[in-house]
Amino acid sequence: MTASRLASGGSAIDRSRPIRFSFDGATVQGFAGDTIASALLANDVAVVGRSFKYHRPRGIWGAGVEEPNALVDVSGNRATPNTRATTEPAREGLVAKSVNATPNALADRNAFLDRFARFIPAAFYYKTFMWPDWHIFEPRIRAMAGLGKVDAGWTASGPADQINHHCDVLVVGAGPAGLAAARLAAGASLSVTLVDDQQTPGGSLGHRAGEIDGRPASVWVEETIAALAAGGHLVLPWTTAFGIYDHSLIGLNQRHFDGRPDTLWRVRPRRIVLATGAIERPLPFASNDLPGILSADAALSYLRRHAVLAGRRIVVATNNDSAYEVAEAVAEAGAEVTLVDIRRDGMPATSSKVRLIKGRTPAAARGKLRVEGVTLDDGARLDADCVLVSGGWTPTIHLFCQARGKLAWSEARAAFVPGDAVDGIAVAGAAAGAVSLSDVFAGAEQAVASLSETKAAALRSTGPEATDGIEAAWPRPGSKGRIWIDYQNDVTVKDVELAARENFVSVEHLKRYTTLGMATDQGKTSNLPGLALMAGITGRTVPEVGTTTYRPPFTPVPLSSFAGARAGALMAPVRRLPLERAHRQSGAVFQEYGGWLRPAHYGGAGADADRAIADEARRARQSVALFDGSTLGKIEVIGPKAAEFVDFLYYNTMSTLKPGRCRYGFMLSENGVVFDDGVLVRLDEHRFVVSCSSSHVAAVHARLEEWRQDRFGRGAVYIHNATSEMATLTVSGPNARKLLETLDLDLSLDEADLPHMAIGHGSYAGDEVRIARVSFTGDRSYEISIRADRAEPLWAHLRGAGKAFDAVVIGLEALMILRAEKGFIVIGKDTDGTTLPHDLGSEGPRAKRQTEFVGRRSLYTEEASRGDRLQLVGLAVPQGEAPLPTGAHGIKRSDGRLRSQGFVTSSYESPTLGRPVALGLIERGASRHGETIEIQHLGKLRSATIAAPCAFDPAGDRLHA
Amino acid sequence: MTRSYSALSLFKEGLAGQTGWQPAWRSPEPKPSYDAIIIGGGGHGLATAYYLARNHNISRAAVMEKGWIGGGNTGRNTTVVRSNYYYPESVELYGLAHRLYEGLSKDLNYNIMLSQRGMVSLCHSTIEMEIGARTVNAMQISGIDAELFSPGDVRRVAPIYNFSPDGRFPVFGGVWQGRAGTARHDAVAWGYARAASRLGVDIIQNCEISDFIIEGGRCRGVQTTRGAIRAERIGMAVAGHSSVLAGKAGFRLPINSYALQACVSEPVKPILDTVVLSPGAGVYVSQSDKGEIVIGGGLDRIPSYAQRGNLPTLETVISGLLEMFPVFGQLKLMRQWAGIVDVVPDSSPIIGESPLPNLFLNCGWGTGGFKAIPAGGTLLANLLATGKHNDISRPFDLDRFASGRLIDEAAGSGIAH
Amino acid sequence: MQLFPCPFCGPRDETEFHYGGDAGNVRPDGAEVPIDRWAGYLYLRGNPKGTAREIWVHMSCGEFFVMERDTVTHKVLSSSALGGEHAP
Repeated sequence: MTASRLASGGSAIDRSRPIRFSFDGATVQGFAGDTIASALLANDVAVVGRSFKYHRPRGIWGAGVEEPNALVDVSGNRATPNTRATTEPAREGLVAKSVNATPNALADRNAFLDRFARFIPAAFYYKTFMWPDWHIFEPRIRAMAGLGKVDAGWTASGPADQINHHCDVLVVGAGPAGLAAARLAAGASLSVTLVDDQQTPGGSLGHRAGEIDGRPASVWVEETIAALAAGGHLVLPWTTAFGIYDHSLIGLNQRHFDGRPDTLWRVRPRRIVLATGAIERPLPFASNDLPGILSADAALSYLRRHAVLAGRRIVVATNNDSAYEVAEAVAEAGAEVTLVDIRRDGMPATSSKVRLIKGRTPAAARGKLRVEGVTLDDGARLDADCVLVSGGWTPTIHLFCQARGKLAWSEARAAFVPGDAVDGIAVAGAAAGAVSLSDVFAGAEQAVASLSETKAAALRSTGPEATDGIEAAWPRPGSKGRIWIDYQNDVTVKDVELAARENFVSVEHLKRYTTLGMATDQGKTSNLPGLALMAGITGRTVPEVGTTTYRPPFTPVPLSSFAGARAGALMAPVRRLPLERAHRQSGAVFQEYGGWLRPAHYGGAGADADRAIADEARRARQSVALFDGSTLGKIEVIGPKAAEFVDFLYYNTMSTLKPGRCRYGFMLSENGVVFDDGVLVRLDEHRFVVSCSSSHVAAVHARLEEWRQDRFGRGAVYIHNATSEMATLTVSGPNARKLLETLDLDLSLDEADLPHMAIGHGSYAGDEVRIARVSFTGDRSYEISIRADRAEPLWAHLRGAGKAFDAVVIGLEALMILRAEKGFIVIGKDTDGTTLPHDLGSEGPRAKRQTEFVGRRSLYTEEASRGDRLQLVGLAVPQGEAPLPTGAHGIKRSDGRLRSQGFVTSSYESPTLGRPVALGLIERGASRHGETIEIQHLGKLRSATIAAPCAFDPAGDRLHA
Repeated sequence: MTRSYSALSLFKEGLAGQTGWQPAWRSPEPKPSYDAIIIGGGGHGLATAYYLARNHNISRAAVMEKGWIGGGNTGRNTTVVRSNYYYPESVELYGLAHRLYEGLSKDLNYNIMLSQRGMVSLCHSTIEMEIGARTVNAMQISGIDAELFSPGDVRRVAPIYNFSPDGRFPVFGGVWQGRAGTARHDAVAWGYARAASRLGVDIIQNCEISDFIIEGGRCRGVQTTRGAIRAERIGMAVAGHSSVLAGKAGFRLPINSYALQACVSEPVKPILDTVVLSPGAGVYVSQSDKGEIVIGGGLDRIPSYAQRGNLPTLETVISGLLEMFPVFGQLKLMRQWAGIVDVVPDSSPIIGESPLPNLFLNCGWGTGGFKAIPAGGTLLANLLATGKHNDISRPFDLDRFASGRLIDEAAGSGIAH
Repeated sequence: MQLFPCPFCGPRDETEFHYGGDAGNVRPDGAEVPIDRWAGYLYLRGNPKGTAREIWVHMSCGEFFVMERDTVTHKVLSSSALGGEHAP
């Protein structure tokens, strides 16, 4: 091949803007408007990559998305492996490297593999490498596989944009059919979005002859685009529709070349017109994969758009009319051209510049690193530096099939075309099997007419009309030599024959067994020839063999565009406390707990954390502690049936609660498992506040709503989630009341007026406050709830007044120690997905309740009544030992086997008690207090004694102290 | 007798143009009756056929597949093999599968490419580490290999992870199972099909069950698109469509069908050497031998029988992946697909006799059926041959939903449902 | 991305909705309900391939409703507010 840039011409390139980039270390010269492929071709770079399996030398085949060979790793601002050179614009300074080649495409040291091809046919790996063991072979095979390289130092240039978009009609493809459909739809007053994967619209009109309404095609294209823009319609170049999803959502991949990541468009059009064109197929002959063998249409595109002539002595081989225009054009550009047509008659005329050989088929290509000639089926040898082939056209029906469209086989086109229409989707142009511009326009008119009542002015083709006349030339069984079907994955005719021989005759088995169509091009040039060959081998028709499922994406789409801005803090964002700023000023170290960002402890970063936590927990018991409990759920249940409602929702009877009082209880799931625990407050006869675990608020709220709407009715109760409206500040400890008394809260703190498990209403600085005497520490505690936006002054006031009492601000970690000392549980930590309320010592309602409640029946199953259930216990360690590791298991031996008999759920060093405390769920634990069991953690054994869960102040005196 | 697979036979065939190979499995016409019929030609059904013939000497058996073998979830998963389960019942079940997988290539004379690259389930907080420790200890007590990984250990096996303090999913450690890994999913189906066929089992493709033959309150066979076929015992292993067949047999199952999506990137040279699961990100990921990054995530939350991908879940999964591995932001999505999985309330399978006597169930594997194929096959074969449970299958009987003895492996299956 | 019609808010993206279960799965009350009946209510599902009648909640407005749709084609057939027996 001696490809070259012509001295003039090239509609896409700007000769005033030369550019240079590197390929495999060598400098390549081009012009603005070149693709990497067109520039490589202009520089006569024949070998641009290596195939996946045999490391065969490969050149450029196509000029678009179908390219199976020319993949390069691109570095720079669009760094990405496995980039198609045919669709990537060449840019100044770009660095491109061939994939799967070491050190480079021309001199790949793994090229020797091709010599062993006969021993490593399709799926050979299933038949060997079993002895001694696959793991011996795998590392080497892994290293050989893969294509491009991931740049480990890569960082994103920023988040990708994601745009939601609506329109009346989305037209995919701006070739003649798409432009016509867009124009007609716009004329019918529909809002149009037109997308095309190229920089310049026009599709085949950019390199094929055509005249429309008496004007040259290029003029008509410009006029049409201008009219669409003037009409306010959206035209997106560099944009590929890659998938049609449920309810006609269509995904677009818009590429940018200014450093921005690609944009993901989610378009919800009322109607879709698919004008996605068709892809040229190769012809089957031996060594048809040699560099220098190109799609004829691609060569024409390179000639007209980039002024690149693919060779000097060119053989054009075809089975249809479309290559005739190519042959004439390359001859006109100065090449010596031989046209080999497998047909004997019915072909278009040729000029004197083209030598025509009729009724002959290429049998083999000759050459090593590039094609040197073609041998025909009659033995005639033609010398050539370039072979252009057209094996016919495969309509691009991927999106139609993704939308569940069914295909129909067209004998005339030797291809599948869209079958019965799919609601809301029309297919036009070459994608629908149209060939001539007249047919294309007729199809576009029909497509728009099917979408809209109004009829816009028709378009006329006034120039030469394309014809087809294809005589199918499928790969044939028993052919001589190595005939490639899937170029990238190295699947040959013999591989398909092998698959058939071994009963992999289903088209899906063929694909998976041989990897046909599973490469990065997803079989755009290979699928149809592959299944036609399988049809030939098995004596079936092509439609009987059928096609594989078409899956998104149509072309590979950057992962970054699917992620968009969802990264770091914007991914599953944490919930934040109203007092976060105040906590930060106090030196709080924050951690995430159940979706909330909360102070873990104050001060004591890194290694000092444990000391800080212990200090907080110790001081909390000595005088008074302040804690931000704002995350605690505050869901109001209001209405005439509120009492009945909470009775149903809770395991414990709640309707007997007096207004102004609180009660602790469990909520169960219908399977009886403890779902949440917390305190229910009865504000008045018909109004309760469900105080649930911080991480469960949304789930509890949803559950309350479900039962309200499903069982009680909208008029019976009303649910209001007030969690984030109110901040809750907890004052706990022996001096809690004294501290509160220094504030003017406008309510009596007398024991008679505000006893344990009661609430009072007061005010602070003119704002209502609700004070609940509930305790999660075991000490006298007050939970003060106030409007979230007025909480900061109260918090500051408490802290200031607290100084006189040596008050300590505590984080969640210290609170966890305090509650563990008391044996108070945290749902999900001290319980698991099997824990029933009686496992936690709450037997009463199960034994006595007569009214219905959620989960009731499940408490009486065989499993719920077993004697060996895991039950909540305390665990004590021998004096002087460190705390048990949380997650350690109690073990026992039975039948010579080790068995778990439960596990440690919470474990801390208690600074107040001066010894470790732990909670656990242990088999029959409630009746085994005093028994010593073995505890295993990461293979090491310790012992622990089962005890009551409460290790501190078991009589509860401190609640009232 | 079909030719044995080996490097030598491959070499000899290479000299002969690879023309001497026989069909990997026979495709005979269905017979009017069999000793046992297995509905479903996926991994579980084909494995059942193989073990029925090998372990129980019952080769007058047939596998009925409505499409092509291995075309359901066997060919639509992320190929992970592991047994890092919490409850002893699950450890017995998945442990059996794992052990059988380790010998499967030689057993079947088919390289299923079991690649024991190890798997780490990441812990992103103190409490996740505590639960990780609980899991590791449970596994060690049950005799399954497991290690509790420190952040440094995680860095060693997955150096390209985002360890930045600003990352949304910081690493506190992880649960490591060194024997875990991946296997070539299609090969598992084909290997079992070939081995079962060699032992005389009929594999009938393109044969859909239209109804059950029920006589005297017992299942006596099936009506199919290729005629009536009678059998003494019938097993079904039709993941994703279990409820549909149950409906034909006149009972309901505790199952909802959901789509589980997966996707792969374009192939690249080795960059990720192990299987990484982040429950926080809702993503698990590995790199195939071919070089593709294989990405799985949570279920689509909408009950469905449509085997197709969707954008919202894909976006969630990929954003999670890139938060874990920012360098994958330069990769491109190559293929996206979905399988339909049986989702059971306790995320454990259902193995046992159905409410219709003589009809036996192997279903409810949720997102984790592939790793269990050898065990699912062994246990269903045992049921078909003996009519009775063994110790491993008994806990997984359908009766656990009435007794309340669920085996809730929500934590064990990694991805929250 | 599917579009579901909330009877109160109109068509919205699927991500705003949460599946609630089979419509018509009535809860049997009482501690004495036969265990098979209770297990049936808790666990057994029709799980139809084709037309399904389901309870959904639109999380944005919090309302539960009944939706009929096809579980194969994903075509939505109807949606309506929960029955009026409890309505005020």
